[in-house]
Amino acid sequence: MSLATATDAPPARDNLFSHARHIMAENPVTGIAFGLFALLVVAALIGPYVVPYDPLASDTAAALQPPSATHWFGTDQLGRDIFSRVVVASRLDMTIAVASVALVFVVGGFAGLAAGYFGGWTDQIVGRVSDTIMAFPLFVLAMGIVAAMGNTVTNIIIATAIINFPLYVRVARAEANIRREAGFVQAARLTGNSELRILLGQIAPNILPIMMVQVSLTMGYAILNAAGLSFIGLGVRPPTPEWGIMVAEGASFIISGEWWIAFFPGVTLMLAVFCFNLLGDGLRDLVDPQRRT
Amino acid sequence: MLAQIARRLATAIPSIIGVIIVTFLLTRVLPGDTAAYFAGPAATPQAIEEIRAKLGLDKPLPVQFVAYVKDLATGNLGNSLTTGQPVLDDLRARLPASAELTLLGLLLSILIAVPLGILAAVRQGSWIDHLCRIVATAGVSLPVFFTGLLLVYVFYFRLGWAPAPLGRLDFFYSAPPDITGFYLIDSLATGDFETFRAAFSQIWLPAVTLAIFSLAPIARMTRASMLAVLASDFVRTARASGLKPSKIVLGYAFRNALLPVITTLGMVFSFLLGANVLVEKVFAWPGIGSYAIEALITSDYAPVQGFVLAMAILYVLLNLAIDILYGLVDPRVRIEA
Repeated sequence: MSLATATDAPPARDNLFSHARHIMAENPVTGIAFGLFALLVVAALIGPYVVPYDPLASDTAAALQPPSATHWFGTDQLGRDIFSRVVVASRLDMTIAVASVALVFVVGGFAGLAAGYFGGWTDQIVGRVSDTIMAFPLFVLAMGIVAAMGNTVTNIIIATAIINFPLYVRVARAEANIRREAGFVQAARLTGNSELRILLGQIAPNILPIMMVQVSLTMGYAILNAAGLSFIGLGVRPPTPEWGIMVAEGASFIISGEWWIAFFPGVTLMLAVFCFNLLGDGLRDLVDPQRRT
Repeated sequence: MLAQIARRLATAIPSIIGVIIVTFLLTRVLPGDTAAYFAGPAATPQAIEEIRAKLGLDKPLPVQFVAYVKDLATGNLGNSLTTGQPVLDDLRARLPASAELTLLGLLLSILIAVPLGILAAVRQGSWIDHLCRIVATAGVSLPVFFTGLLLVYVFYFRLGWAPAPLGRLDFFYSAPPDITGFYLIDSLATGDFETFRAAFSQIWLPAVTLAIFSLAPIARMTRASMLAVLASDFVRTARASGLKPSKIVLGYAFRNALLPVITTLGMVFSFLLGANVLVEKVFAWPGIGSYAIEALITSDYAPVQGFVLAMAILYVLLNLAIDILYGLVDPRVRIEA
């Protein structure tokens, strides 16, 4: 906290920004992570329109070329440009991650809120469901869900949301629980608000910052999980460009030395996950200074 | 002690019931025609109907559930279409390969992560502390299949230190006699050092891949819990009494710091069992993970279902073992219970 803000009591927003700047200055890595994140978003939004080659067009004359000035990341066994494919893939990977996190944010967040606020049988049911999910090794459960429900991208999103459910429930439940008898909640209740209205109008906005940290932290995990599923052949199908499947396609060429086919999508995947993990840590410092490491 | 173990066993029962219900739901209720799955991709409509009746899928759900539980109790997980064997036999034959790999990976990771965490806590702010932080952040970001491939490229293709990633044993060698199913132990037990060396040369790279993956949570937790313990009163007293630093750190502090680390192992196993599937695919390791992947590709559903169930039950049992270990390490838990 800067000293100046304490005395003249500026609006809360300024305070937050100065706090954010302070944290950035202290930890430049968070700044780098923000930069990477912006790059990812740009790639996902306009990637398909600016890449130099068609990500699906094969050119067998130029197959298996190492990185060069014409093909920055080289070409794969069908002569497709890996750079173009990596950039275009960011849209699909980001979509899967954002959609699954948004889904679990709404469903898991609400379930956790209700469990923490109402207690009783709501809490029991939500707790049982989370416990049961946690009884599985999470990636294995995701495999089972996608295999049972059918091999589509939508099901990858649902499976990824399901395995993240307990995490969101735990955070939302704990935060709602400590606020259920808070002064502002009692005031809202006295003025005649319905319980649901209090839950969504008073408690939900209060736990939003903590939940956003959770979103950022699980985003990386969601990308990893989706890429892992497509690596073993679930969900995304070739020739669709997606990082996990591109690594899988390059895997058989690693032992003959054509490293670039798997390397570039793999590194991009790693950087994306790294970026979200760092952002999550940075956001946590911002929201909850006490837990700073 | 026995009574306490029995009580812990009882706490695992709800988890197992939950696991069974979920695997049942996954096969019977969700969209997707189970009979068509079991019949295979080339089946005719009549064949699917026949299988539906044979599997009892035309009966009401509760009846199906009872039949499902009865099958499980007798160890009947169905037959694999690809191997033609009962799924249970296949899983049993392949489990040692997965277990050997996972346990060796975990062992390696503990051997590196625990000392790293301790040193990072003792020398807080030093280079080793920074190293620990980098390992902890990078470790959770690495896609395990990608690390595996990188290691293959470097150690097989570039340096030639590891053999081609093609399974447990080079085909020149025959598998050691089946005692534990772990090639490393079996070959040593029969004094066959040649086979031991061959098996070790195959396993070390995938084991290192798994170890890198699981380093992060163990190192982070060791560091955090060591820091908390080193700041506690009894450590201060020990210091004030003039005990040797090594005695304080390893004799007193570490034993107390161990408890949260053991608890973390549960989560680490959850990650490891999932990562194992990916690593098995990268190294063509003949374990239950690659068995499930092969079955997935051919839409052979019974093995996948058996695999998910086996992994979940294994995981529940591992958590149980961790709980019991916790009681052994911490006498206070025993007294309270």
